[in-house]
Amino acid sequence: MLGLSVERLRADMNRLLALLFHQGVLDEQFLQLQQLQDESSPNFVSEVVNIYFHESEKLLRNLRALLVDKEFSDYKKMGTHLNQFMGSSSSIGAQRIRNVCVAFRAASDQNNRPGCIRALELLEYEYCYLKNKLHELFQIEQQRILAATVRYPMQQQHHQQQQQQQQPNNP
Amino acid sequence: MGLAAADAQFHVLAVDDSLIDRKLIERLLKTSSYQVTTVDSGSKALEFLGLNEVEIGNEDEACVCSKNSQDVEVNLVITDYCMPGMTGYDLLKKMKESSFLRNIPVVIMSSENVPSRINRCLEEGAEEFFLKPVRLSDVNKLRPHMVKKAKSCLDVEKPEKVEKLEIQEEELQTTQQTAQSNNNNNNNNNNNNNNNNNNNNNNNNNGKRKSMDEGHSPDRTRQRYNNNSDLIFISN
Repeated sequence: MLGLSVERLRADMNRLLALLFHQGVLDEQFLQLQQLQDESSPNFVSEVVNIYFHESEKLLRNLRALLVDKEFSDYKKMGTHLNQFMGSSSSIGAQRIRNVCVAFRAASDQNNRPGCIRALELLEYEYCYLKNKLHELFQIEQQRILAATVRYPMQQQHHQQQQQQQQPNNP
Repeated sequence: MGLAAADAQFHVLAVDDSLIDRKLIERLLKTSSYQVTTVDSGSKALEFLGLNEVEIGNEDEACVCSKNSQDVEVNLVITDYCMPGMTGYDLLKKMKESSFLRNIPVVIMSSENVPSRINRCLEEGAEEFFLKPVRLSDVNKLRPHMVKKAKSCLDVEKPEKVEKLEIQEEELQTTQQTAQSNNNNNNNNNNNNNNNNNNNNNNNNNGKRKSMDEGHSPDRTRQRYNNNSDLIFISN
């Protein structure tokens, strides 16, 4: 039973990842992050992603605060925030967010406030979507780790029998 | 500290104002078995390297070298280009202007592919220019550039020879002084690097990441996952 859970959870994770790649939400760089995670740094991906969330939310708040002001004119400052957001998004493989930042920056370069507001809204949407999906991914991963390590003493023999039966090709 | 300890691991100083990028580059470097120190600005980098403003005028004195002792020996500096205050280019320049820091190889990273920027950095003496996000394949290109100062403290006792070596490096730009430099600072790598810098403008195979003709660089094709093909399933 436990063996089945692990396989199913792994499949769920892969399915979710595949979806995110297909949608262009994530790109190759996210895979690079995963490849850098190993026994010596087992939480690398979630650590980096959590830093990203923390920084992104601050940046989004700053951008919104700038744009809410009808008299707003400090496009240079906005450009600085955007560059930072673009850089960090690119570093974790958040491709769609990065692309929205590019469009946002174009609007900003033209001092186009309505365009910036639209871009900000899209950015907030994309960010929410990514955050939800990555949380989901990490949750599945946590469950998978738990399922793989939990052993109930009474069921150990039973579990071993099951493992022998279902020796599928574990990737 | 004996030579054995110094040989054990190369020490890289990574400079980037972005926390995420610092985490990334640190992980990339550690995965490649380098010892890593990260700082968030060019001025902190110079401080770490032992170059304080007051010492710039006294580069040929023994006291400067002693601060940069064996336990903070840095074999390579990798820095972001865009940083507030001192840019990566400024840091590069300052290091090249210092007679005891100029031998440390410098690599620049940037998220933007601007050919004039890349050229400027390479001309100023950067060994490589990496586009962000930096990959493991980029970090693998660092090893040939690593410089070891096996006898850095001994060199201090012969300041004349060290200065002579530097002037020759600037003027001759050949490997003819390797015999002399071998005795002094084991600077084989450094001379090779100077040659590479000068001869390499049309030689992309040496690992220079100029990225101007982006379509021609084989290992950075920048595929984007917009469709079903090339999906990779990760399972640990």
